[in-house]
Amino acid sequence: METQTQTVKKKTKVVTERMTGAEAVIKCLLAEGVDLIYGYPGGAIMPVYDELYKYQDKLHHVLTRHEQGATHAAQGYARASGRVGVAIATSGPGATNFVTGIADAQIDSTPMVCITGQVGSHLLGSDAFQETDIIGISTPITKWNHQITKAEDIPTVLAKAFFVARSGRPGPVLIDITKDAQFGELDFTYEKCKGVRSYIPVPETDPESLTNAAQLINKAKKPLVVFGQGVILGEAEEELKNFIEKSGIPSAWTILGLSALPTSHPLNVGMVGMHGNYGPNKLTNECDLLIAIGMRFDDRVTGNLETYAKQADVIHFEIDPAEVNKNVKADVAVMGNVKNTLSQILSLVKPNTHESWLKEFKDYDTIEYDKVIKEELYPSKDGLSMGEVLRRINEETKGDAVIVSDVGQHQMIACRYANFTRTKSNVTSGGLGTMGFALPAAIGAKMGAPDREVIAIIGDGGYQMTIQELGTIFQTRVPVKIVVLNNDFLGMVRQWQQLFFDKRYASTEMTNPDFIKIAEGYHIESKRVTERENLGDAIKEMIASDQPYFLEVCVEKENNVFPMIPTGASVSDIRLE
Amino acid sequence: MNKENYTISVYTENNIGLLNRISAIFLRRHINLDSMTASASEIKDVFRFTIVVKVTEEQVKKIIGQIEKQIEVIKAFYHKDEETIYQETALFKVASKLLFEERQIQNVIKNSNANIVTVTPEYFVLEKTGRRREVEALYHKLEPYGLMQFVRSGRISVTKDKMHISKILENFAPEAV
Repeated sequence: METQTQTVKKKTKVVTERMTGAEAVIKCLLAEGVDLIYGYPGGAIMPVYDELYKYQDKLHHVLTRHEQGATHAAQGYARASGRVGVAIATSGPGATNFVTGIADAQIDSTPMVCITGQVGSHLLGSDAFQETDIIGISTPITKWNHQITKAEDIPTVLAKAFFVARSGRPGPVLIDITKDAQFGELDFTYEKCKGVRSYIPVPETDPESLTNAAQLINKAKKPLVVFGQGVILGEAEEELKNFIEKSGIPSAWTILGLSALPTSHPLNVGMVGMHGNYGPNKLTNECDLLIAIGMRFDDRVTGNLETYAKQADVIHFEIDPAEVNKNVKADVAVMGNVKNTLSQILSLVKPNTHESWLKEFKDYDTIEYDKVIKEELYPSKDGLSMGEVLRRINEETKGDAVIVSDVGQHQMIACRYANFTRTKSNVTSGGLGTMGFALPAAIGAKMGAPDREVIAIIGDGGYQMTIQELGTIFQTRVPVKIVVLNNDFLGMVRQWQQLFFDKRYASTEMTNPDFIKIAEGYHIESKRVTERENLGDAIKEMIASDQPYFLEVCVEKENNVFPMIPTGASVSDIRLE
Repeated sequence: MNKENYTISVYTENNIGLLNRISAIFLRRHINLDSMTASASEIKDVFRFTIVVKVTEEQVKKIIGQIEKQIEVIKAFYHKDEETIYQETALFKVASKLLFEERQIQNVIKNSNANIVTVTPEYFVLEKTGRRREVEALYHKLEPYGLMQFVRSGRISVTKDKMHISKILENFAPEAV
């Protein structure tokens, strides 16, 4: 109580405290509300680790088994919690091992602050032990980066790092701190960053763009919404729902937009893109108005741009000016945070139901169900399908789990068939397509959303790229559920080899180890399923466990993911077989 | 769409990594820079990059978007040649004895509107400022006599119309600086 009064009294005078740069790093993290970081110690970051030891009751450090794992865990944490993920590593190889995770966070707009140690400033440029130019290396893959060489710069730079990472279109920031700056002393005081004069996080919304957009929406006969992660990052799920419900517009999602709208919502017409649903892809080229909301027209979404929605007017709700007209020309660009712009446009749009138009989607759904989905979810053949595993998971979780997927066939199956009732429930590497993402990301997701069931869906290839993170799970006992869909192949590449390279299976067949024994080595409860009759019970058992659990499902080796838009083809040339 | 010369003017904070960040935008798109110049600007503590690049207008628009996205970039503009006043500077280092052995060289210098920067018994240095073709014309005239050294700067340019950079800076709240 007394301290509180003192703070109030001294408000006009800045209170400072003498400390080392290393301690200041911890104080900054605490001031930003960080209570959990992922990392790996080493020479150039040891002063900070020494402080972490002292502050371990306030700031929990999770030791991953590789620095890449730390970045993906921080990403998973950020994606499931909506907060900034923090990863920390030493210089040289510690820093370079961050690169994949940073690049992944950059392309998927994930707020992350990465802190790396650096050799002493007097050694910079001398090819010192574990010196690497991580600022140079990380420049093209960070939203911002900065090297600190003086202890007194730590509070302002870290405050700016958090502000930049989380504001506007979020992204990764890397802060490199020389060892002498960690050892050096400063008079510590912390002020949160409120703005950077050269940086406009959220562009102003032109009111005219809203009225123009509303006009197009109100006169459209066949409008289609395609929403992306902007809805989740902008926490605009409710606004999206209100907007589409009032205007009655069928709404499709990109892979990163998944879970912003419940699977069961009557206007949810499925996924767009290469392995998306039949209806929304076909009808992209028949709609008269395409309303893109917080998405960036990735090439995996659009297919051939020359034939993409050419007949339609395009409205683009977007926070990043560089995305407007980058791939697809917008007739109306509505700049701003979609939470604001969608709520502002709500009063301007007329209530509508596009029943016959919506029925066109349903008709395509029926075709897709008969030709693809039915066999995937209820296979008539002996071999287990990936889809039936997802169906069983849905039955157990009722769509309430966070699904973390890796990259490949299983990812497409997971995103196509997993049911979702809540937002921030789909964590996957969309833009970069990073195999090895899911296992560490699931660790982060579970820690970011501890009350939720977190299930990682991984292929046998990607699993082995970061399999060492089982050690992190063993040590922390974080109760993630790991499902490896094992087809003894790098399945997606094999599928392409089958379809486009005359079945020349170059280096895609895998001789795999005994995954159960590996899990046992880490004392993780595990089970292998090879027969359909055991699948349901195994999944029940996995979900019922309050411990980490590993489930290997041996699936049919040469199944393909359909529908599929071949590279370079038009979205409407989507193939069902 | 046709490729044309565009002069890109970028107003930035003084930041050590920004040169890298901006050049990486071109590198990633496999675009070769014709020239790049970094200097002070008309505003205190604000720096200015002048970049010349041959691309389509659609490309230059996207590049501007990517440049402006960088945190420490305040504003970027692009202009066609006819919208700017632009110059380059070149230095020619020539052996002094040529002045006596090759009398025509004196006429070349007289007619070139070049300045003599320095003269020593061994060499003299000419400075020529102008458009690329003027500098090149002088180069071609002097080159047959032998150049000890030649160097040309990147383009610097100012625009004919206003660039509203100062206005943008005024809008920054002082506490946000």
